[in-house]
Amino acid sequence: MNRPGGGPEEPGAGLPGTHAAFTALLEDSAEELYESAPCGYLSTLLDGTIAKINATLLGWLGLSRGEVVGRMRFSDLLTVGGKLYHETHFAPLLRIQGHLNGIALDLRTATGSRLPVLVTSTLKRSQDGEPLLIRTTVFDATERRAYEQELLRARRAAEEARRAAEEARRQAEADRERLCQTLAVLQHSLLPETLPDIPGVRTACHYHTASTMQLGGDFYDLFELDDRRTAFFLGDVCGKGPQAAALTSLTRYTLRTALLHDVDPVANLGTLNTVLLDRYTGDDPRYCTAAVGVMERVGDTLEVRLASGGHPPALVIRVDGRVETLDTRGGMLVGALPAARFVPARTTLRPGDTLLLYTDGLTEARVGPHRELYGDEALVSFAAGLAPTGPHRLVEALKDLLRGFGDGLDDDTALLAIGLPARTDTGPGIAT
Amino acid sequence: MSIHRRNNIRVTGRASGRTVVLVHGFGCDQNMWRLVEPALAEDNRVVLFDYVGAGGSDLSAWQEERYSSLDGYARDVVEVCEELDLRDAVVVGHSVSAMTGVLARALAPERIGSLVMVCPSPRYIDEDGYRGGFTAEDIEELLESLESNYLGWSATMAPVIMGNPDRPELGEELTNSFCATDPDIARVFARTTFLSDSREDLGGVTAPTLILECEQDAIAPPEVGAYVHAAIPGSRLVTLAATGHCPQLSAPEATAAAIRSFVSALGR
Repeated sequence: MNRPGGGPEEPGAGLPGTHAAFTALLEDSAEELYESAPCGYLSTLLDGTIAKINATLLGWLGLSRGEVVGRMRFSDLLTVGGKLYHETHFAPLLRIQGHLNGIALDLRTATGSRLPVLVTSTLKRSQDGEPLLIRTTVFDATERRAYEQELLRARRAAEEARRAAEEARRQAEADRERLCQTLAVLQHSLLPETLPDIPGVRTACHYHTASTMQLGGDFYDLFELDDRRTAFFLGDVCGKGPQAAALTSLTRYTLRTALLHDVDPVANLGTLNTVLLDRYTGDDPRYCTAAVGVMERVGDTLEVRLASGGHPPALVIRVDGRVETLDTRGGMLVGALPAARFVPARTTLRPGDTLLLYTDGLTEARVGPHRELYGDEALVSFAAGLAPTGPHRLVEALKDLLRGFGDGLDDDTALLAIGLPARTDTGPGIAT
Repeated sequence: MSIHRRNNIRVTGRASGRTVVLVHGFGCDQNMWRLVEPALAEDNRVVLFDYVGAGGSDLSAWQEERYSSLDGYARDVVEVCEELDLRDAVVVGHSVSAMTGVLARALAPERIGSLVMVCPSPRYIDEDGYRGGFTAEDIEELLESLESNYLGWSATMAPVIMGNPDRPELGEELTNSFCATDPDIARVFARTTFLSDSREDLGGVTAPTLILECEQDAIAPPEVGAYVHAAIPGSRLVTLAATGHCPQLSAPEATAAAIRSFVSALGR
């Protein structure tokens, strides 16, 4: 661009001799073009014997024309693997199709090194279609091959990673499945297998598990003390997981044992309080809420004595549709403080009446677009809407209610219902 | 799934003639036989098929376990013979399929009466004084060559064939034969072929057997042809004036003539 005068001009114009040089270039002989082309040229007889080869290819191979022409076959230039490929793919396909394009092969040079190349061959035929010779061009593919090797390596690495991830996922799935099974068995062990059959009394229960991956902390039990009296309890320990399960286990067996010695519900909660305080000392306090009751058959009624420690109030759904809340306000958490106070309550169940104990998973479920607490009042109206009902129907209705909460229900929920069949009932198990 | 469809069976030639089953080897499909097929069809019934995994076969029927041993390929041969209810057929196997034919004959002697082994090799790798012509490293190199070539294989072939107006009969089906070999399938076939050792099976061959070899064959050198000939009692060895590993392509007339003369000598 140092031309005097500057300004745009035809390239070469005004420079004497340039045109002549350009013409001379164009007149480069075909022979020169063949010999010094930037690719290798090769002509072979049908049996592969090399009849003609250009200087470029000889240079790449490090061989002289005399060593090659008439003495070597094309496949002699290849690595052994390449020879096999040539015999099994290249030669047959060339013979059938008459043309091959861009086949990756490695040439073996005189120094023993490998030269990656891309090979294109055509079969020259006579006028009547007989194959005469094979023309081949050879391109240096060192860079390209390195790049392809990189791609292949990356592909293999990706496949390996995918396999490893898939294996890990399968393993995790299996672990999860095993854990779920273990948790389900463990959770099951914290609850009675079935409620015992108490003559003349209807009972029903339900346990809703919020997560199959997490042990819940709700519990209940019901068992006969003697011919007339039956004990029951229902509660909720603090926390979740294995610690909660251990606490649940201790709570359940403490209450069961204590109730066999003393039928006073308040005293039982006191015993549990002592046991929990004794077991969980220092900086790991563990506590629970619980309602404990003893019922006694008196004539055609059930006399129920109940005590609560920090637990939601039990409901009584009367045969006439009234719903009573058994007031146990003031009862304190069990296992939190040495001198905890527990509040007693009494009620009499007549035929058609149903007592309901539940944990706060039910009333603390979130409902509606604003995710409000379901709440005690809603539960009372729901129960009132079911009257007259019985334990079985009540629990079934509540199960539907829980299902309806969907993901608004994120806590475990335990339900225990006890009732006397209405007078019109003709036998056990019918519409109660 | 019918075997017909699975193995892409094609039957041509004289229905009344003796049945000749042409079995392709590693690296290609039944198209390998297209230059000898017309001559063979003149007086024989010719059966062509593709191994499962090759050419126009049903790739979904391919199972790595089955096709990781030559027995799997031999079962293909036998199942094709059963499908067509062949009796006393001549099985012509190229390259590795020469050995597959031996195994198939042992499985179904009533269906396969005689064998033609085209450029056979019972063992490609040198071992304890036996010369197969290759080392285990050579075979690994071949597998590398397969890897380097499948990337552009199918994409490259289609325009090549379409730009081939002087041989229109080679039409588009070719794009789906050689070219469409699934690289995973090709790798398994390559390993099975080149790592196999069938030398023990040769001594048990009792069928009339013709061995065809080429003067110059980089895969099955003359020592190997002589070894096979010596190992199979009563076999005939014919050395064709041809080079390469595929005389059915490089010397189709001579190959067909040798097979025809062998078949006609079998009588009826």
